[in-house]
Amino acid sequence: MTSSAPRTPAHTIGPFHGYALPFPGGGDVAPAGHPDAITVHGQVLDGAGAPVPDALLEFWGLGPDGELPRATGSLRRDPATGEFLGRDGIGFTGFGRIPTDADGRWALRTLRPGARGRNAPYLVACVFARGLTHHLFTRVYLPEPAERLAADPLLASLAPARRATLLAVAEPRGTYRFDIHLQGAAETTFLEFA
Amino acid sequence: MTPTQADIDHEMALRREAYEKAVAAGATPVHHPARDYAPYRSSALRHPKRPPVPVAVRYDPEAVELTSPAFGATDVTELDNDLTRRHPGEPLGERITVSGRVLDRGGRPVRGQLIEIWQANASGRYAHRRDRHPAPLDPNFTGVGRTLTGDDGGYTFTTVKPGPYPWRNHTNAWRPSHIHFSLFGTAFTQRLVTQMYFPYDPLLAHDPVLQSVTDAAARRRLVAAYDHALSRPEQSLGYRWDIVLDGPTAAWTEVR
Ligand SMILES: [Fe+3]
Repeated sequence: MTSSAPRTPAHTIGPFHGYALPFPGGGDVAPAGHPDAITVHGQVLDGAGAPVPDALLEFWGLGPDGELPRATGSLRRDPATGEFLGRDGIGFTGFGRIPTDADGRWALRTLRPGARGRNAPYLVACVFARGLTHHLFTRVYLPEPAERLAADPLLASLAPARRATLLAVAEPRGTYRFDIHLQGAAETTFLEFA
Repeated sequence: MTPTQADIDHEMALRREAYEKAVAAGATPVHHPARDYAPYRSSALRHPKRPPVPVAVRYDPEAVELTSPAFGATDVTELDNDLTRRHPGEPLGERITVSGRVLDRGGRPVRGQLIEIWQANASGRYAHRRDRHPAPLDPNFTGVGRTLTGDDGGYTFTTVKPGPYPWRNHTNAWRPSHIHFSLFGTAFTQRLVTQMYFPYDPLLAHDPVLQSVTDAAARRRLVAAYDHALSRPEQSLGYRWDIVLDGPTAAWTEVR
Protein backbone atom coordinates (compact mmCIF):
# COMPACT_ATOMS: atom_id res chain seq x y z
CA MET A 1 0.00 0.00 0.00
CA THR A 2 1.33 3.42 -0.86
CA SER A 3 0.46 6.73 0.70
CA SER A 4 1.00 10.36 -0.08
CA ALA A 5 1.47 11.72 3.43
CA PRO A 6 4.49 10.48 5.41
CA ARG A 7 3.17 9.30 8.76
CA THR A 8 4.27 10.52 12.17
CA PRO A 9 6.24 7.92 14.14
CA ALA A 10 5.00 6.64 17.49
CA HIS A 11 6.91 7.01 20.76
CA THR A 12 6.70 5.48 24.20
CA ILE A 13 4.09 6.90 26.54
CA GLY A 14 6.88 7.21 29.15
CA PRO A 15 6.53 6.95 32.94
CA PHE A 16 4.61 10.16 33.68
CA HIS A 17 1.30 9.82 31.81
CA GLY A 18 -0.50 8.99 35.06
CA TYR A 19 -1.46 12.56 35.93
CA ALA A 20 -2.52 13.35 32.37
CA LEU A 21 -4.36 10.53 30.60
CA PRO A 22 -6.29 8.45 33.14
CA PHE A 23 -9.62 9.87 34.29
CA PRO A 24 -12.04 8.92 37.08
CA GLY A 25 -14.32 6.09 36.01
CA GLY A 26 -12.07 5.32 33.03
CA GLY A 27 -12.70 1.60 33.51
CA ASP A 28 -16.41 1.94 34.32
CA VAL A 29 -17.80 1.94 30.81
CA ALA A 30 -21.07 0.09 31.54
CA PRO A 31 -24.01 2.37 32.31
CA ALA A 32 -25.26 1.97 35.88
CA GLY A 33 -27.37 -1.14 36.46
CA HIS A 34 -27.22 -2.39 32.86
CA PRO A 35 -28.14 -6.09 32.62
CA ASP A 36 -25.39 -6.81 30.04
CA ALA A 37 -22.54 -5.50 32.20
CA ILE A 38 -19.45 -7.69 32.49
CA THR A 39 -16.13 -7.31 34.26
CA VAL A 40 -12.87 -8.12 32.48
CA HIS A 41 -9.72 -7.99 34.57
CA GLY A 42 -6.14 -9.15 34.57
CA GLN A 43 -2.53 -8.31 35.02
CA VAL A 44 0.13 -6.91 32.68
CA LEU A 45 3.44 -8.81 33.01
CA ASP A 46 6.88 -8.28 31.51
CA GLY A 47 9.30 -10.86 30.08
CA ALA A 48 10.58 -11.75 33.56
CA GLY A 49 7.03 -12.30 34.82
CA ALA A 50 7.14 -9.08 36.86
CA PRO A 51 4.03 -6.89 37.01
CA VAL A 52 4.09 -3.74 34.87
CA PRO A 53 2.87 -0.98 37.21
CA ASP A 54 2.99 1.90 34.74
CA ALA A 55 1.10 0.61 31.73
CA LEU A 56 -2.02 2.26 30.32
CA LEU A 57 -4.68 0.09 28.71
CA GLU A 58 -7.42 1.23 26.38
CA PHE A 59 -10.46 -0.80 25.38
CA TRP A 60 -12.98 -0.24 22.65
CA GLY A 61 -15.94 -2.40 21.79
CA LEU A 62 -19.36 -2.64 20.21
CA GLY A 63 -22.60 -2.56 22.14
CA PRO A 64 -24.45 -5.77 23.06
CA ASP A 65 -26.37 -5.88 19.77
CA GLY A 66 -23.25 -5.31 17.71
CA GLU A 67 -24.07 -1.63 17.26
CA LEU A 68 -21.39 1.05 17.15
CA PRO A 69 -21.42 3.22 20.32
CA ARG A 70 -21.75 6.88 19.32
CA ALA A 71 -22.26 8.45 22.76
CA THR A 72 -19.64 11.00 23.82
CA GLY A 73 -18.75 11.86 27.41
CA SER A 74 -16.07 9.32 28.37
CA LEU A 75 -13.98 12.24 29.73
CA ARG A 76 -16.88 14.48 30.73
CA ARG A 77 -15.71 17.68 32.39
CA ASP A 78 -17.19 20.25 34.71
CA PRO A 79 -17.20 23.67 33.02
CA ALA A 80 -17.19 25.39 36.42
CA THR A 81 -14.06 23.79 37.88
CA GLY A 82 -12.45 22.32 34.76
CA GLU A 83 -12.12 19.01 36.64
CA PHE A 84 -13.35 15.62 35.50
CA LEU A 85 -17.02 14.96 36.26
CA GLY A 86 -17.04 11.27 35.43
CA ARG A 87 -19.39 9.57 32.99
CA ASP A 88 -23.10 10.35 33.17
CA GLY A 89 -23.98 6.70 33.93
CA ILE A 90 -26.49 6.61 31.08
CA GLY A 91 -24.72 6.74 27.72
CA PHE A 92 -22.48 3.91 26.53
CA THR A 93 -19.33 5.31 24.90
CA GLY A 94 -17.66 1.91 24.48
CA PHE A 95 -14.31 3.44 25.39
CA GLY A 96 -12.34 2.54 28.51
CA ARG A 97 -8.94 3.70 29.71
CA ILE A 98 -7.26 2.14 32.74
CA PRO A 99 -3.79 2.62 34.24
CA THR A 100 -2.38 -0.57 35.80
CA ASP A 101 -2.00 -0.45 39.58
CA ALA A 102 1.23 -1.04 41.55
CA ASP A 103 0.70 -4.78 41.05
CA GLY A 104 0.16 -4.46 37.29
CA ARG A 105 -3.57 -5.17 37.66
CA TRP A 106 -6.52 -3.59 35.89
CA ALA A 107 -10.29 -4.08 35.74
CA LEU A 108 -12.78 -3.02 33.09
CA ARG A 109 -16.55 -2.94 33.62
CA THR A 110 -18.22 -2.72 30.25
CA LEU A 111 -21.12 -4.18 28.27
CA ARG A 112 -20.87 -7.62 26.74
CA PRO A 113 -19.90 -6.84 23.15
CA GLY A 114 -22.01 -8.08 20.28
CA ALA A 115 -20.50 -9.30 17.03
CA ARG A 116 -20.52 -8.16 13.43
CA GLY A 117 -19.94 -10.28 10.35
CA ARG A 118 -18.08 -13.55 10.83
CA ASN A 119 -16.11 -12.20 13.78
CA ALA A 120 -16.78 -13.63 17.22
CA PRO A 121 -17.46 -10.94 19.85
CA TYR A 122 -14.33 -9.22 21.08
CA LEU A 123 -13.01 -6.08 22.73
CA VAL A 124 -10.21 -4.13 21.07
CA ALA A 125 -7.31 -3.64 23.50
CA CYS A 126 -4.37 -1.28 23.14
CA VAL A 127 -1.35 -1.43 25.48
CA PHE A 128 0.90 1.55 26.22
CA ALA A 129 3.85 1.47 28.65
CA ARG A 130 7.16 2.97 29.53
CA GLY A 131 9.75 0.88 27.64
CA LEU A 132 7.27 0.15 24.86
CA THR A 133 8.34 2.36 21.94
CA HIS A 134 5.13 1.71 19.99
CA HIS A 135 1.79 0.62 21.45
CA LEU A 136 0.51 -2.93 21.02
CA PHE A 137 -2.92 -3.99 19.78
CA THR A 138 -4.64 -7.19 20.76
CA ARG A 139 -8.21 -8.55 21.03
CA VAL A 140 -10.02 -9.89 24.08
CA TYR A 141 -12.35 -12.65 22.85
CA LEU A 142 -15.05 -13.78 25.25
CA PRO A 143 -15.79 -17.48 25.71
CA GLU A 144 -18.42 -18.45 23.16
CA PRO A 145 -19.69 -21.66 21.63
CA ALA A 146 -16.78 -23.46 19.91
CA GLU A 147 -18.41 -23.13 16.44
CA ARG A 148 -18.67 -19.39 16.89
CA LEU A 149 -14.99 -19.07 17.81
CA ALA A 150 -13.95 -21.50 15.07
CA ALA A 151 -15.69 -19.31 12.48
CA ASP A 152 -13.73 -16.21 13.53
CA PRO A 153 -11.17 -15.56 10.77
CA LEU A 154 -8.38 -14.41 13.09
CA LEU A 155 -8.80 -17.15 15.69
CA ALA A 156 -9.08 -19.78 12.96
CA SER A 157 -5.73 -18.68 11.54
CA LEU A 158 -3.80 -19.16 14.79
CA ALA A 159 -2.12 -22.22 16.30
CA PRO A 160 -3.94 -23.38 19.48
CA ALA A 161 -1.39 -21.96 21.94
CA ARG A 162 -1.35 -18.55 20.25
CA ARG A 163 -5.14 -18.56 19.94
CA ALA A 164 -5.49 -19.32 23.66
CA THR A 165 -3.74 -16.05 24.56
CA LEU A 166 -6.66 -14.12 23.02
CA LEU A 167 -9.41 -15.92 24.93
CA ALA A 168 -10.63 -14.48 28.22
CA VAL A 169 -11.24 -17.11 30.91
CA ALA A 170 -14.72 -17.14 32.46
CA GLU A 171 -14.99 -16.70 36.21
CA PRO A 172 -18.19 -16.60 38.28
CA ARG A 173 -20.72 -13.71 38.08
CA GLY A 174 -20.04 -12.32 34.63
CA THR A 175 -16.33 -11.84 35.26
CA TYR A 176 -13.54 -12.75 32.85
CA ARG A 177 -9.78 -12.94 33.32
CA PHE A 178 -7.37 -11.75 30.64
CA ASP A 179 -3.67 -11.43 31.44
CA ILE A 180 -1.34 -9.61 29.07
CA HIS A 181 2.19 -11.00 28.75
CA LEU A 182 4.38 -8.50 26.91
CA GLN A 183 7.11 -11.10 26.38
CA GLY A 184 8.02 -14.69 27.21
CA ALA A 185 6.65 -18.21 26.79
CA ALA A 186 3.05 -17.07 27.35
CA GLU A 187 3.48 -13.94 25.23
CA THR A 188 0.13 -12.48 24.19
CA THR A 189 -0.66 -12.53 20.48
CA PHE A 190 -0.36 -8.94 19.31
CA LEU A 191 -1.84 -7.69 16.06
CA GLU A 192 -1.04 -5.24 13.32
CA PHE A 193 -3.68 -3.93 10.96
CA ALA A 194 -3.21 -3.50 7.26
CA MET B 1 28.17 -1.21 34.76
CA THR B 2 25.93 1.68 33.90
CA PRO B 3 26.58 2.66 30.28
CA THR B 4 27.92 6.10 29.47
CA GLN B 5 26.50 8.46 26.87
CA ALA B 6 29.36 7.40 24.58
CA ASP B 7 28.32 3.73 24.93
CA ILE B 8 24.71 4.59 24.09
CA ASP B 9 25.74 6.88 21.20
CA HIS B 10 27.75 3.98 19.78
CA GLU B 11 24.86 1.51 20.08
CA MET B 12 22.50 3.99 18.42
CA ALA B 13 24.95 4.63 15.58
CA LEU B 14 25.20 0.87 14.92
CA ARG B 15 21.40 0.57 14.73
CA ARG B 16 21.18 3.54 12.35
CA GLU B 17 23.93 2.12 10.12
CA ALA B 18 22.29 -1.31 10.02
CA TYR B 19 18.98 0.29 9.07
CA GLU B 20 20.48 2.50 6.37
CA LYS B 21 22.35 -0.44 4.90
CA ALA B 22 19.15 -2.51 4.80
CA VAL B 23 17.24 0.29 3.05
CA ALA B 24 20.07 0.78 0.56
CA ALA B 25 19.82 -2.96 -0.17
CA GLY B 26 16.12 -2.59 -0.96
CA ALA B 27 14.34 -3.01 2.39
CA THR B 28 11.11 -1.03 2.87
CA PRO B 29 11.62 2.14 4.94
CA VAL B 30 10.22 1.87 8.47
CA HIS B 31 8.42 4.87 9.95
CA HIS B 32 7.81 3.64 13.48
CA PRO B 33 10.43 2.75 16.09
CA ALA B 34 11.49 -0.85 16.58
CA ARG B 35 10.00 -2.21 19.80
CA ASP B 36 13.25 -4.02 20.61
CA TYR B 37 15.53 -1.01 20.79
CA ALA B 38 18.27 -1.91 23.29
CA PRO B 39 19.74 1.63 23.68
CA TYR B 40 16.41 2.44 25.40
CA ARG B 41 17.05 0.08 28.29
CA SER B 42 13.47 -0.18 29.58
CA SER B 43 12.46 -1.87 26.33
CA ALA B 44 14.43 -5.04 27.14
CA LEU B 45 11.70 -6.95 28.99
CA ARG B 46 8.73 -5.08 27.58
CA HIS B 47 8.69 -5.89 23.88
CA PRO B 48 7.14 -8.99 22.36
CA LYS B 49 9.65 -11.26 20.66
CA ARG B 50 7.18 -12.66 18.17
CA PRO B 51 6.21 -10.49 15.20
CA PRO B 52 2.67 -9.07 15.35
CA VAL B 53 0.05 -11.08 13.49
CA PRO B 54 -1.18 -9.13 10.44
CA VAL B 55 -4.95 -8.67 10.25
CA ALA B 56 -6.20 -7.39 6.90
CA VAL B 57 -9.02 -5.24 8.30
CA ARG B 58 -9.36 -3.42 5.00
CA TYR B 59 -10.97 -6.59 3.68
CA ASP B 60 -13.20 -6.84 6.75
CA PRO B 61 -15.57 -3.85 6.92
CA GLU B 62 -17.00 -5.34 10.13
CA ALA B 63 -13.70 -5.10 12.02
CA VAL B 64 -14.21 -3.09 15.20
CA GLU B 65 -10.73 -1.57 14.77
CA LEU B 66 -12.01 0.40 11.76
CA THR B 67 -14.22 2.41 14.10
CA SER B 68 -13.30 4.75 16.91
CA PRO B 69 -14.89 6.18 20.05
CA ALA B 70 -16.62 9.55 19.81
CA PHE B 71 -15.56 12.55 21.88
CA GLY B 72 -17.49 15.78 22.01
CA ALA B 73 -18.34 19.05 23.68
CA THR B 74 -18.72 17.51 27.15
CA ASP B 75 -15.22 15.97 27.04
CA VAL B 76 -13.21 19.15 26.53
CA THR B 77 -13.71 22.64 27.96
CA GLU B 78 -12.79 25.78 26.06
CA LEU B 79 -9.78 26.47 28.28
CA ASP B 80 -8.33 22.98 28.04
CA ASN B 81 -5.96 23.90 25.21
CA ASP B 82 -4.39 26.76 27.19
CA LEU B 83 -2.03 25.23 29.75
CA THR B 84 -1.00 28.66 31.03
CA ARG B 85 -4.47 29.51 32.39
CA ARG B 86 -5.27 26.58 34.62
CA HIS B 87 -4.18 28.12 37.92
CA PRO B 88 -4.71 31.51 39.56
CA GLY B 89 -1.14 32.66 38.85
CA GLU B 90 1.07 32.79 35.81
CA PRO B 91 3.38 29.83 35.19
CA LEU B 92 7.11 30.42 34.80
CA GLY B 93 8.82 29.98 31.46
CA GLU B 94 8.81 30.96 27.84
CA ARG B 95 5.27 31.16 26.41
CA ILE B 96 4.78 29.13 23.25
CA THR B 97 1.97 28.32 20.85
CA VAL B 98 2.00 24.93 19.15
CA SER B 99 -0.30 24.66 16.17
CA GLY B 100 -0.77 22.30 13.26
CA ARG B 101 -3.07 19.95 11.43
CA VAL B 102 -3.89 16.29 11.93
CA LEU B 103 -4.14 14.38 8.66
CA ASP B 104 -4.72 10.79 7.67
CA ARG B 105 -2.43 8.79 5.41
CA GLY B 106 -4.29 10.06 2.39
CA GLY B 107 -3.64 13.68 3.42
CA ARG B 108 -7.24 14.29 4.46
CA PRO B 109 -7.99 16.31 7.61
CA VAL B 110 -8.93 14.30 10.70
CA ARG B 111 -11.93 16.24 12.07
CA GLY B 112 -13.39 16.48 15.56
CA GLN B 113 -10.97 14.00 17.14
CA LEU B 114 -9.38 14.18 20.58
CA ILE B 115 -5.79 15.35 21.14
CA GLU B 116 -4.31 15.18 24.64
CA ILE B 117 -0.91 16.54 25.63
CA TRP B 118 1.27 16.44 28.75
CA GLN B 119 4.67 17.86 29.50
CA ALA B 120 7.25 18.90 32.09
CA ASN B 121 7.29 22.49 33.35
CA ALA B 122 9.87 25.07 32.27
CA SER B 123 12.37 23.59 34.74
CA GLY B 124 12.02 20.07 33.37
CA ARG B 125 9.86 18.71 36.20
CA TYR B 126 6.60 16.77 35.82
CA ALA B 127 3.71 17.29 38.22
CA HIS B 128 3.92 13.55 38.95
CA ARG B 129 4.84 12.24 42.39
CA ARG B 130 7.34 9.78 40.98
CA ASP B 131 9.36 12.45 39.17
CA ARG B 132 12.34 12.86 41.56
CA HIS B 133 14.24 15.37 39.43
CA PRO B 134 15.13 18.07 42.01
CA ALA B 135 14.06 20.92 39.73
CA PRO B 136 11.26 23.07 41.19
CA LEU B 137 7.60 22.33 40.74
CA ASP B 138 5.54 25.28 39.51
CA PRO B 139 2.32 25.78 41.49
CA ASN B 140 0.86 27.54 38.45
CA PHE B 141 1.60 24.82 35.93
CA THR B 142 0.33 21.25 35.75
CA GLY B 143 1.22 20.51 32.15
CA VAL B 144 -1.92 18.76 30.84
CA GLY B 145 -4.06 19.89 27.91
CA ARG B 146 -6.64 18.60 25.47
CA THR B 147 -8.60 19.77 22.46
CA LEU B 148 -10.72 18.53 19.57
CA THR B 149 -9.44 19.01 16.03
CA GLY B 150 -11.34 21.49 13.87
CA ASP B 151 -12.95 20.97 10.47
CA ASP B 152 -9.57 21.40 8.77
CA GLY B 153 -7.92 18.98 11.23
CA GLY B 154 -6.33 21.97 12.95
CA TYR B 155 -5.37 22.30 16.60
CA THR B 156 -3.65 24.89 18.79
CA PHE B 157 -2.15 24.69 22.28
CA THR B 158 -0.78 27.56 24.34
CA THR B 159 1.76 26.48 26.94
CA VAL B 160 5.30 27.09 28.18
CA LYS B 161 8.36 25.51 26.65
CA PRO B 162 9.18 22.38 28.68
CA GLY B 163 12.69 22.07 30.07
CA PRO B 164 15.00 19.13 29.38
CA TYR B 165 15.28 16.64 32.24
CA PRO B 166 17.61 13.87 33.41
CA TRP B 167 16.58 10.21 33.43
CA ARG B 168 18.26 6.98 34.43
CA ASN B 169 18.71 5.20 31.12
CA HIS B 170 22.47 5.66 31.35
CA THR B 171 24.94 7.93 33.18
CA ASN B 172 24.24 11.59 32.45
CA ALA B 173 21.17 10.82 30.31
CA TRP B 174 19.02 13.87 29.47
CA ARG B 175 15.75 13.96 27.58
CA PRO B 176 15.51 16.84 25.08
CA SER B 177 12.59 19.25 25.60
CA HIS B 178 9.45 17.51 24.36
CA ILE B 179 5.67 17.51 24.59
CA HIS B 180 3.83 14.18 24.79
CA PHE B 181 0.89 13.88 22.37
CA SER B 182 -1.98 11.37 22.30
CA LEU B 183 -4.29 11.30 19.27
CA PHE B 184 -7.40 9.50 18.04
CA GLY B 185 -8.44 9.14 14.42
CA THR B 186 -11.61 7.91 12.77
CA ALA B 187 -10.39 4.31 13.22
CA PHE B 188 -8.83 2.79 16.33
CA THR B 189 -6.04 1.51 14.05
CA GLN B 190 -4.93 5.17 13.79
CA ARG B 191 -4.35 5.58 17.53
CA LEU B 192 -1.09 7.43 18.10
CA VAL B 193 0.96 8.34 21.16
CA THR B 194 4.13 10.24 20.36
CA GLN B 195 6.33 13.18 21.36
CA MET B 196 7.03 16.52 19.71
CA TYR B 197 10.53 18.01 19.87
CA PHE B 198 11.95 21.51 19.34
CA PRO B 199 14.37 22.48 16.56
CA TYR B 200 18.09 23.02 17.14
CA ASP B 201 18.14 21.05 20.39
CA PRO B 202 21.64 19.56 20.88
CA LEU B 203 20.18 16.72 22.95
CA LEU B 204 18.22 15.25 20.01
CA ALA B 205 21.24 13.33 18.73
CA HIS B 206 21.88 11.75 22.15
CA ASP B 207 18.35 10.65 23.00
CA PRO B 208 17.56 6.94 22.66
CA VAL B 209 13.82 7.62 22.71
CA LEU B 210 13.98 9.79 19.59
CA GLN B 211 16.71 7.67 18.02
CA SER B 212 14.54 4.55 18.40
CA VAL B 213 13.10 5.90 15.13
CA THR B 214 15.99 4.77 12.94
CA ASP B 215 14.71 6.46 9.76
CA ALA B 216 16.24 9.96 9.54
CA ALA B 217 13.33 11.48 7.62
CA ALA B 218 10.81 10.00 10.07
CA ARG B 219 12.81 11.43 13.00
CA ARG B 220 12.71 14.89 11.43
CA ARG B 221 8.92 14.67 11.33
CA LEU B 222 8.89 14.61 15.15
CA VAL B 223 10.61 18.01 15.34
CA ALA B 224 8.33 21.07 15.17
CA ALA B 225 9.27 24.04 12.98
CA TYR B 226 9.66 27.50 14.43
CA ASP B 227 7.03 29.60 12.64
CA HIS B 228 7.29 33.34 13.07
CA ALA B 229 3.78 33.81 11.67
CA LEU B 230 2.47 31.89 14.70
CA SER B 231 4.39 34.01 17.19
CA ARG B 232 2.25 36.59 19.01
CA PRO B 233 3.69 40.06 19.66
CA GLU B 234 4.78 40.62 23.28
CA GLN B 235 3.35 37.21 24.13
CA SER B 236 4.58 33.90 22.73
CA LEU B 237 6.75 32.12 20.17
CA GLY B 238 5.04 29.89 17.63
CA TYR B 239 5.80 26.36 16.51
CA ARG B 240 4.11 24.43 13.74
CA TRP B 241 3.73 20.67 13.95
CA ASP B 242 1.57 18.66 11.57
CA ILE B 243 0.73 15.07 12.44
CA VAL B 244 -0.10 12.24 10.03
CA LEU B 245 -1.92 9.27 11.53
CA ASP B 246 -0.95 5.80 10.38
CA GLY B 247 -3.20 2.78 10.12
CA PRO B 248 -5.91 1.74 7.70
CA THR B 249 -9.29 3.43 7.92
CA ALA B 250 -12.71 2.67 6.49
CA ALA B 251 -12.31 5.75 4.25
CA TRP B 252 -8.95 4.47 3.10
CA THR B 253 -10.58 1.21 2.08
CA GLU B 254 -13.06 3.10 -0.08
CA VAL B 255 -10.51 5.13 -2.00
CA ARG B 256 -8.36 2.13 -2.85
FE1 LIG C 1 8.63 13.10 28.98
